[in-house]
Amino acid sequence: MDDMKVLDLLANDPRASITDLADILGESEEDVKNSISELEKNKIICGYHTVINWDKTNSDHIDAMIGVSAKPERGAGYDKIAERIARFPEVSSLSLMSGTSEFMVSINAKTMREVADFVGEKLAPIDGVISTVTMFVLKKYKVNGVLIDIEKEKDDRQLISA
Amino acid sequence: MINYDDIISQKAKEMRPSGIRKFFDLVAEMPECISLGVGEPDFETPWDIRDAAIHSLEKGKTKYTANAGLKELRIEITNWLKRKYDLDYEYNQVMVSVGGSEAIDLALRALLEEGDEVIIPEPCYVSYDPITTLTGGVPVYIETKEENDFRVTAQEIAEVISDKTKAIVLSYPNNPTGAVLRHEDLQEISNLLKDKNIIVISDEIYSELTYGIKHESIAGFEGMKDKTILINGFSKSFSMTGWRLGYAVGPQEIIDIMIKIHQSCIMAAPTTSQYAAIVALKDCDDDIEYMRKQYNLRREYCVRKLNEMGLHTFEPRGAFYVFPNITSSNMSSDEFAEALLNEKHVAIVPGSAFGKSGEGFCRISYAYSLEHLREAMKRIKEFLEENRR
Repeated sequence: MDDMKVLDLLANDPRASITDLADILGESEEDVKNSISELEKNKIICGYHTVINWDKTNSDHIDAMIGVSAKPERGAGYDKIAERIARFPEVSSLSLMSGTSEFMVSINAKTMREVADFVGEKLAPIDGVISTVTMFVLKKYKVNGVLIDIEKEKDDRQLISA
Repeated sequence: MINYDDIISQKAKEMRPSGIRKFFDLVAEMPECISLGVGEPDFETPWDIRDAAIHSLEKGKTKYTANAGLKELRIEITNWLKRKYDLDYEYNQVMVSVGGSEAIDLALRALLEEGDEVIIPEPCYVSYDPITTLTGGVPVYIETKEENDFRVTAQEIAEVISDKTKAIVLSYPNNPTGAVLRHEDLQEISNLLKDKNIIVISDEIYSELTYGIKHESIAGFEGMKDKTILINGFSKSFSMTGWRLGYAVGPQEIIDIMIKIHQSCIMAAPTTSQYAAIVALKDCDDDIEYMRKQYNLRREYCVRKLNEMGLHTFEPRGAFYVFPNITSSNMSSDEFAEALLNEKHVAIVPGSAFGKSGEGFCRISYAYSLEHLREAMKRIKEFLEENRR
């Protein structure tokens, strides 16, 4: 089976069932299942995420991006410090960057206060962290390739054309 | 009282109406149906291209361009043809037209005199025949065959060449069959034509949509560049049908005449579309690759499903159509498409709409989401099961 095709299909529709995928690819459900397990085991598929526009709910929600300057450790580079940051459940994504600060941390929280507490009490005190710059997200327009709140045009092609 | 019958040109009256017209009217009465009938991509035009168009409008690029098209675009077209198909043209051998359709019209009008014969392999796109007859030409058909995967062969062409033959239309990748010509097919056809006074009108509008085979233009074969009018455009490869932009490249003498006709009837192709097209040629390889990948998944899906349900379907290597043989249903292609529409509300186009040799087949377009295709295939399967009893 062509794993790339499985990945293409799941990238477009993470909710596609094993049955759907088997039907589309003309493979047995057993084979599709094995292929997906293998992709998950090898951390090629790392998760299946739902894109939620929290602004449309009544729940409190605030996202922030934090530039973190840090010092590498002898023997471990940035990996150890990255792991310490990544383990906090508030952190939704973490990347090592080129440019002015070493890390970019995205966090999801309920209130600004929570963000401030996270930065002041958890992030900044980590050994090796030199400084932080916190940026609050005001509004999201596109998340993981999905346009937020921008309607896709409906198919208005002629039903029959040459 | 005026007698319009006397007024309207006899040739225009006799011109073959588009074969899909009748079916179009039937489907129009069932707007809720699931259609597999379109001849255009489902993807939006890539954003970079749309952005370039908007930018050109902001800058006030709203005037006529030169008749033959923007020089920058014509140069990019030659670069693109070189990069993609290793073809060498000068920019003044390029004329920019209102879709590939206008280029077809111009090419035939530039060549034909009363009684000249044009060889047209069928099934094929619906406009070659009516434009030929309107221009006074005489269509000479070749019925391509399912056992050849709907490729026209050099031998079939040789059999219909006469001293009146002025041109041959080669339309590959083909609408409606999805057929492509392989290197060896093109070589044989080139060998046949290279010493003859016959022009090839090579409609390559689907050239970027091939699967498992790289498109080659007949213009690249020895002795053929001087005999080929290559027509291509932006509609299918770049998903730009509504922008109405195509082009022709070919021998200077013929292109100049085409530009002269174009001057009188069109003036110049849409300016906004031309600015957008420059970006399409320069920056959109990834977009094409993305679309081709999606089409390929759908293509494989449709071919397999149709064969599984008992409609023999050869594996098409180009465009975005499959062309199942429906004779096992004991219906004509018209009857099949009409019954499928009435009983299951699925619209497909009878193969006969694309010429006599399309009888016994139907055209199914896969320019739709997989979800849409799966529902349609489910219904076609039900339709076959119910009609087998």
